Amino acid sequence: MSSPALKLAALAAGCVVVFAGALMSGPVRVPLSDVLGSLTGDADATARTIVLGLRAPRVALAGLVGAGLAVSGAVFQALLRNPLAEPYVLGVSSGAALGAVAAIVAGIAATSLVALPLSAFGGAVVAMVLVLAMAGAHGSGLDTRVLLLSGVVIGAFFNALILVIINFADVETFRTAMLWIMGSFAGASREGVVSVALYVVPALVCLLLLARPLNLLSVGEQSAFHLGVDVVRFKVLLYVVTSLVVGVCVAGSGAIGFVGLVVPHALRLVGGSDHRWLLPASALCGAMFMVAADTVARIVVAPAELPVGVVTALIGVPVFLWLLVRAESLG
Amino acid sequence: MSGFFRLEGVRFAYDRSGAPALDDVTLELARGVLHAVLGPNGSGKSTLLRVMLGELVADRGRVSYAGTEIGDWSRREIAREVAFVPQAEPLAFPMSVRALVEMGRYPHVGVLGRKTSADGAAVEAAMERAGVAHLADRSITTLSGGERQRARIARALAQEPSTLVLDEPTAALDLHFEMETFELMRALARDAGFTVVVATHNLNLAARFSSHLVLLAGGKVEADGAPREVFRHHTLERVFQWPVAVVPHPGPGPDEGSPQVLPLSGSS
Repeated sequence: MSSPALKLAALAAGCVVVFAGALMSGPVRVPLSDVLGSLTGDADATARTIVLGLRAPRVALAGLVGAGLAVSGAVFQALLRNPLAEPYVLGVSSGAALGAVAAIVAGIAATSLVALPLSAFGGAVVAMVLVLAMAGAHGSGLDTRVLLLSGVVIGAFFNALILVIINFADVETFRTAMLWIMGSFAGASREGVVSVALYVVPALVCLLLLARPLNLLSVGEQSAFHLGVDVVRFKVLLYVVTSLVVGVCVAGSGAIGFVGLVVPHALRLVGGSDHRWLLPASALCGAMFMVAADTVARIVVAPAELPVGVVTALIGVPVFLWLLVRAESLG
Repeated sequence: MSGFFRLEGVRFAYDRSGAPALDDVTLELARGVLHAVLGPNGSGKSTLLRVMLGELVADRGRVSYAGTEIGDWSRREIAREVAFVPQAEPLAFPMSVRALVEMGRYPHVGVLGRKTSADGAAVEAAMERAGVAHLADRSITTLSGGERQRARIARALAQEPSTLVLDEPTAALDLHFEMETFELMRALARDAGFTVVVATHNLNLAARFSSHLVLLAGGKVEADGAPREVFRHHTLERVFQWPVAVVPHPGPGPDEGSPQVLPLSGSS
């Protein structure tokens, strides 16, 4: 058994390798020496344009969104004490997508640094409140199946609303809006990376610092309360911060599912469920997973490309089903 | 710091229109003593503990700990004074016994504080005292019900509180674990100066081990005092709706002569 610090170091090294691989691969293969050269300024103009201009923003955005969604998934799972909880499955991502699409169609998204992320955040909060209200209204406590069903149904409803809204939009808006439903990093730009990082990085730092009280929630809210956690305020804080992360990630790249499910689950198998390890590991592994998935999405049907959400769903759905079957057999 | 609870005219109802779960409860729980809260199912034992601990807010009346209203304590401050052992708790993810007991240090360490050697020592001492030191590296999912309950008691002790509150700690335990738990609670009160409050269905062990009993019925305090004052057979028969005899413990041992309840046949 290696220590958590060693495992985190291994994950960080894995990130470097995957990021480098992602910068190399594509319709034009850039050798590693040129990738490194672009970063230090030694490579020729073509390589630099491809690596820094085209691929780097995409890799950076995918990494940020992957980290954000994976950490949000881990936090949702602790908050709801349910290993199947995840922003996409709970409908929170669809709420955020609706918020983003509404902002675009209303024409207020031009100031994308504030209006777009915040309307996505608003949509995420609305979805979260609806799902929790529906799951909570059904008898005492949160029933796992009701919670997941509520999430899926509310997600479907929000997706329908998105389709209604974009039917009134022009062709270009329609194309952009479709991206939010399917999830893609094709539109990544330097500004996009900045606007996502501006919110996601501080929010992730905040969540990582809350690992200790988050651990206490895993033994139940009553016990956490008596161990000194102001449970109601703490939960509200977590829901707000994770909704912000999900909202901003969705505003940046659309509703990409199952990252928040697959990544924390794999990491729990490797290193246990102590959030002091699980949250930073989810950030690193989420970034790595998303960049790898996006690279696959870019090259597998080249010169066309798949929406990255398709890749994550193809991996995530079997994992979800396996977890569901196992959860049922445990009663 | 001194450790005692005081309740004055406390009323609490789970739903506004319904009957109160606690009605006009006035109690004083002295420091350094083992108190047992008794009563039939639904008499308000758990509710009383939850109101005392600030988890539920009384509709009427006052609840204070060490002279300060319970609602005025910050969560971390009160958790350094009062520790709670629940009857059971959910467990979504597996963890080691030591990790569970380390949670008891949260009120001392906080969100960002660094753990010191004093924290480590408190965790080891708590596991030793609760008899789970040899299980430290086992996953709690592999423990028996009794061992898991002791791990939770160790976590409460790791909080280094002056008061320990336990909600039916022996409800699902066999005779051996039940006796060990009561012996431990008595030792904590008598030898280490803890104030211990335990809600329990085991009338006989409560009468043997505690010096103060609170008997609840229908949300009201039916009797409150030393075991000999509370264990009158007509009081117990009325509260539990069953014929009983009260007999002295035959001994041998320190509990010889303490009142014990024998339920009689229903028809007698």
